[in-house]
Amino acid sequence: MPVVDRQEWDVVVVGAGGAGLRAAIEARERGARTAVICKSLFGKAHTVMAEGGIAAAMGNVNSGDNWQVHFRDTLRGGKFLNQWRMAELHAQEAPDRVWELETWGALFDRTADGRISQRNFGGHEYPRLAHVGDRTGLELIRTLQQKIVSLQQEDFKETGDYESRLKVYQECTVTRILKEGGRVAGTFCYERESGRFFVLEAPSVVVATGGIGKSFKVTSNSWEYTGDGHALALLAGAPLLNMEFVQFHPTGMVWPPSVKGILVTESVRGDGGVLRNSEGERFMFEYIPDVFKEKYAQSEEEGDRWYEDPDHNRRPPELLPRDEVARAINAEVKAGRGSPHGGVFLDVSTRMPAEVIRRRLPSMYHQFKELADVDITAEAMEVGPTCHYVMGGIAVESDTAAARGVPGLFAAGEVAGGMHGSNRLGGNSLSDLLVFGRRAGLHAAQYATGLTGDRPAVDDVQVDAAAAEALRPFSAEGPAPGVQDGRPPENPYTLHQELQQAMNDLVGIIRREAEMETALEKLADLRLRARRAGVEGHRQFNPGWHLALDLRNMLLVSECVARAALERTESRGGHTREDHPAMDRAWRRVNLLCRLTDPTGGLAATDPVRGQIDLVRETTEPIRPDLLALFEKEELVKYLAEEELYE
Amino acid sequence: MATGTEPQPKSGVRGTRGGVRGGTRAAITAPHLRTDRWWLAPAATAAGLLAFVVYSTWRAFANSDYYAAPYVSPFYSPCLAENCEPMRGGPNWELFGSWWGLSPALLILIFPLGFRLTCYYYRKAYYRGFWASPPACAVAEPHKKYTGETRFPLIVQNVHRYFFYAAVPVAGILTYDTVLAFRDEEYAWGHMGLGTLVFLVNITLIWAYTLSCHSCRHIVGGKLKHFSKHPVRYRAWQFVGRLNARHMQLAWASLISVALADFYVYLLASGAFDDPTLF
Amino acid sequence: MSSYEARFKVWRGDVGGGGLEDFGVEVNDGEVVLDIIHRIQATQAPDLAVRWNCKAGKCGSCSAEVNGRPRLLCMTRMSVFTREETITVTPLRAFPVVRDLVTDVGFNYTKAREVPAFVPPEGLGPGEYRMMQEDVDRSQEFRKCIECFLCQDTCHVVRDHEENKSAFAGPRFLMRVAELDMHPLDAAGESGLDRKRTAQDEHGLGYCNITKCCTEVCPEGIKITDNALIPLKERAVDRKYDPLVWLGSKIRRRSPGD
Repeated sequence: MPVVDRQEWDVVVVGAGGAGLRAAIEARERGARTAVICKSLFGKAHTVMAEGGIAAAMGNVNSGDNWQVHFRDTLRGGKFLNQWRMAELHAQEAPDRVWELETWGALFDRTADGRISQRNFGGHEYPRLAHVGDRTGLELIRTLQQKIVSLQQEDFKETGDYESRLKVYQECTVTRILKEGGRVAGTFCYERESGRFFVLEAPSVVVATGGIGKSFKVTSNSWEYTGDGHALALLAGAPLLNMEFVQFHPTGMVWPPSVKGILVTESVRGDGGVLRNSEGERFMFEYIPDVFKEKYAQSEEEGDRWYEDPDHNRRPPELLPRDEVARAINAEVKAGRGSPHGGVFLDVSTRMPAEVIRRRLPSMYHQFKELADVDITAEAMEVGPTCHYVMGGIAVESDTAAARGVPGLFAAGEVAGGMHGSNRLGGNSLSDLLVFGRRAGLHAAQYATGLTGDRPAVDDVQVDAAAAEALRPFSAEGPAPGVQDGRPPENPYTLHQELQQAMNDLVGIIRREAEMETALEKLADLRLRARRAGVEGHRQFNPGWHLALDLRNMLLVSECVARAALERTESRGGHTREDHPAMDRAWRRVNLLCRLTDPTGGLAATDPVRGQIDLVRETTEPIRPDLLALFEKEELVKYLAEEELYE
Repeated sequence: MATGTEPQPKSGVRGTRGGVRGGTRAAITAPHLRTDRWWLAPAATAAGLLAFVVYSTWRAFANSDYYAAPYVSPFYSPCLAENCEPMRGGPNWELFGSWWGLSPALLILIFPLGFRLTCYYYRKAYYRGFWASPPACAVAEPHKKYTGETRFPLIVQNVHRYFFYAAVPVAGILTYDTVLAFRDEEYAWGHMGLGTLVFLVNITLIWAYTLSCHSCRHIVGGKLKHFSKHPVRYRAWQFVGRLNARHMQLAWASLISVALADFYVYLLASGAFDDPTLF
Repeated sequence: MSSYEARFKVWRGDVGGGGLEDFGVEVNDGEVVLDIIHRIQATQAPDLAVRWNCKAGKCGSCSAEVNGRPRLLCMTRMSVFTREETITVTPLRAFPVVRDLVTDVGFNYTKAREVPAFVPPEGLGPGEYRMMQEDVDRSQEFRKCIECFLCQDTCHVVRDHEENKSAFAGPRFLMRVAELDMHPLDAAGESGLDRKRTAQDEHGLGYCNITKCCTEVCPEGIKITDNALIPLKERAVDRKYDPLVWLGSKIRRRSPGD
């Protein structure tokens, strides 16, 4: 094995989206030398795709808003499965995180008195989302990126080197978290451009890699979303929490096929857009579930009045939490009332003047005009559900964002689980990134700087093993063990497509026991074939090789999703079982934890039938009484089991 | 990381030519790969500007046929020399005595010429059309070196706003000329001929072009940091901004209209045409 | 739905050399050039290097040149071409090539660092910022930038003259200077930094000859030239070529203690 280049840092942040950058800023400001490593170019992270806004109870538009209301909305949205302490911290700290962005140069849309404007969104009782048109994610990522640059400029003034305390390794991928004993010691990485391996030695690693959407066929997620962080944590021995909860955003584009899945922001509905079926009916009124009956308008007239007078009317059901809307659209299409390309109609053209649409939804206007040749100011959009977000993720301590059981490992953002319970509200994602990104950076820095003289060392054996694993696709020519014919190696692109199709069809928006069992068999087969996935060419910027490496991660997280989904015999939030259609209060207290079957991390030895993942049930800590007191008793009865209510 | 921010490698050694065919760039020998008719726009621009230059040079040096009561050619207004034709009530100021023997048009044309020459739109037009710097987007330019407007003489382009200041009174005088055009040949008020209409169109376009100027946009409000503290100037800035969005169209329209107005006067003064009287 | 086979020429190679390679690829209704590149990748050339990310024109990763014009691959619909046309895809030609359609865009990150960051006003804490919508409109337009660097690629100042790269920030980063100078609360002036002057002295604004190619290629439709570069030039004139201001500074310099 050739000698692999090593560099020493205090904190390594994996991922340069909102959470990763916020963590890096915090860690650097706390005095830790910090490296950020990301698969794309700096500033291209998937966070730029977020459109609607950042949920924070600043009360700029409706002064009735405060953190308690935000907390309440978050728990209702997550069907009370949220790690309540995370939801509490999130609601409390979000306004500070947004205001802080302004001091770094962010320019949000303004209210008439010059404060940050806030917009309505599904599941939020008050207008709460700080936004910039429909490109809030771009503003967020750019602001954080520019804050990083400004810190680097400070360092340059002091040390003459921009990268002395904060460096971004762009277009690099981490394939393993390295450990010494039980503790984190660093990361094993390769540079996408050259294929060169290197090791970042650091006692703290913050995983902020986002989601898993690329395991599904129809998704709003980009190629980066291969569940890397989830897999890295699993392989490092940390458990994943509630992986069965995958959010299907109700409105993705359905046509043309090449853009199927691309997001249509919820702001379209927040600003007045309505959903209709092929019969022209506003079908959402038929789909208001019992738990939300009192909170939503019962007639079109009331719903329409709400946009002007939210204090005396109830909101239209188009603004129900995302899981409800997605299921409703799915049901309409199934009942044969869908649009020509298999979606439903989302219409703003009859609701707002063209000028207003272009001003408030500029990128949506642009997106449909350019990609589908549809003028949304004149005609309705066709939309359908698309895989958007995973609520499950690395199990973390609520206050510190530390991964459970692996000292030195932290997680923030989509890759961390628990905050959103079974379903995330729109807008809560960007605020989650900021709140827990900061906390992860803070605690990672504290942990690293507290370890004076006792730093874990990176072991050469682990480095060599990681290098060998990463190089395997180049030497995968031979037939599989036990297979007689000399079949050619598998094409990673084909395997990826088959995986996406399987997950979409068998563990998708509506789930059935038999299908999920089939999915697990299919995954076992793909896992075997993936070991034969070979690539052509050399290591320099070779996308086939990169995909072959990412397949390991996608297969791991897909198995987590499928196993957990099979285990949870109820329907709740982002997990809908046709064979168990009701929410079951007994399941509220149950968290499902996924762990690697073979804790040594040697994936080769795993039993193909049993798979790589073990599931453990865990009972959650009861919600603190003062937080429970924020809800009416009648509401709690719908969610909490009898014994919880009387505790 | 090569995609990081380490210092840039100097141009490699492979190519002897620079720019898109330089050493580290993708090895493509063609100076461009555009398949559309990219040359059409710069060629048309160059042809149009050239036609105007030829025409206006002829007319400016001609020193004749520029007044046909009540119309004065915009090329000769105001007329600042003793050798000007007498124009009743017209824009004559004999600032230059009998020693000035050349065409009086040369004295005044400097200002509109300077205004247009330093105009941000015309700069684009002639840099592309005449200088091929660049001829069109992503089409390699033929020059070895390029310093843009960083040094003399092109650094002088920065004086555009002073030509704008000068262009405003000139436009004012042309407005006055247009008012005078509401007379008949006998200088009686309250009449209109076809020439009056030509002048009206011309002066409207001249004003629209002048006010749509980028310097004007800056002066009326663009320089402000807080529009909210200057609501009137903010409105003015928005108005100029709307005009400014059509600066190119206005530049061409006013260029053509001013040449046509002059040509109309020429036709009348040389006797080739009689001004139809409307009332 | 109808599909056909299109003829593509894709540049393949690296800094050592390369050339246009021919591909015949299936094209379906509604597809964009990036879909076709991906199909080539999946079926004919698995190691074809291309940068991409969001596939919705929001991240600015898949910048390349299609038929000689700087474009986002994901926003170039196949329907704009005739079926007979051969479509040529090359990497950005203003930057050093890495491999196939991937270029080294480090120039832009270097330039980004050279623009001093937003300076927060003293005495205003988080949550105390008050800005009017009309005062943030201008900078917000510039913040729509997705950093695809197509403007940097097309700008002849650096595209055709490698030697200007050290002195010239390029349209994207001059626009960043304009954005900060127009930011209603940027306190650079109070901290002794004159963005109007440094635009010309340090970021090479004078190299721009406003030939507007940056505006032409901007996929976000930002009016880079009219709304950022020209106003910035006018602001530099305020500082450097306005005789009244110049006279004022002369007089002030003569009377110390002023």
